[in-house]
Amino acid sequence: MHARILGLAAFAACLAVPAAAAVALSDAAGSYTINPSGSSIRFTIGKAGGGGFDGTFGRFKGTIRIDNGDVGRSKVDLTIYPESVGTGQGRIDAFLRSDAVFDATNNPEIQFRSTSVTRTGDTTALVTGRLTARGRTFPEKFSAELDGLKGGTIKFHVTGKVLRSRYGMDVGTPLYSNVVNFDMTLMGRRG
Amino acid sequence: MRSLTNTPTRYGWAMIILHWLIGIVFIGQFALGFVMVRTASQRTSFELIQLHKSFGFLLLGLVILRIAWRLGNAAPALPASVGALERRTAPLAHFALYALQIALPLSGWALVSVSTLEIPTMPFDLFVMPNLPLAVSDASESFWIAAHWYLAYAGIALVAVHVAAALRHHFLLRDTVLARMITPSSGGEENGRSIRS
Repeated sequence: MHARILGLAAFAACLAVPAAAAVALSDAAGSYTINPSGSSIRFTIGKAGGGGFDGTFGRFKGTIRIDNGDVGRSKVDLTIYPESVGTGQGRIDAFLRSDAVFDATNNPEIQFRSTSVTRTGDTTALVTGRLTARGRTFPEKFSAELDGLKGGTIKFHVTGKVLRSRYGMDVGTPLYSNVVNFDMTLMGRRG
Repeated sequence: MRSLTNTPTRYGWAMIILHWLIGIVFIGQFALGFVMVRTASQRTSFELIQLHKSFGFLLLGLVILRIAWRLGNAAPALPASVGALERRTAPLAHFALYALQIALPLSGWALVSVSTLEIPTMPFDLFVMPNLPLAVSDASESFWIAAHWYLAYAGIALVAVHVAAALRHHFLLRDTVLARMITPSSGGEENGRSIRS
């Protein structure tokens, strides 16, 4: 008896999640400013022979605008300051900031401007846009998943792969993979 | 008869080629080592360091091959013109050169293995060379960097003595010591003074 009630409750809960989430996206309509303190931008690069190294960007800014009624017209703008890269190893950070990789002095910003947002599920979307780094721009795409919506804040988990070679950052291949795996948590505050 | 192997008085092709190949790589590594740590561009420096690592492993391979070859194929006797003191010191100097040609790549391998940068090693981008089983730490890295530098200075000093001795034999003593490391064993055995003198 108890088991049947629990089973029913679990079934109901399963139904409720996508339904609630579906509501969430339309509830989410509005403009958000990315709040760095609740957000993080992490990346990992695989290494020959296994393992890899990971890092974060400490400083970035951006906005998320979710169109009311048409998710496809939503927009994401993100600016990352490569000077703020951190790997836990000072010598690697200095190398990454130097003209070997980011050339942060001459190219202080990495920019992503979305061009289209395609909904891929109840809480997921594919964000296509133009990424500019070291003066070169290429189309890139990221998967976004709604990770929370409450009290005027919205949270997305964003992942994507970027080939660094075409941005003039191919140093170290094939010791280090050409593929940079991004894993971001972007928390936006309404307004 | 042009021989691959050594004869009692002359070197064969194998030893001559290995000698000059190792000589070029060894001296080239000193030059590359000094340049790579003084290059302003971090990218160029990184790439030169990877090249230095590649040539280091090539050197290690060549030296192991040379020692194996030499163990199975005795070096020719020194010409009669070589004095008693040099007869005793030259083998020591040559032993030290072999030892340094082993120790330098090994200390470099240790250095990259313990480095907190944990940069993988791929000789000439061909395959991943595993690290030596040593603990990674800043202290170990400093130790092996220092060891690699001191060994390099010792290597440069010894190569300088080696080159000076070879030139002395050729131009002052006018014997076959240098010539026989250029021209292989060719059947007609000569000992001591060359035709030039």
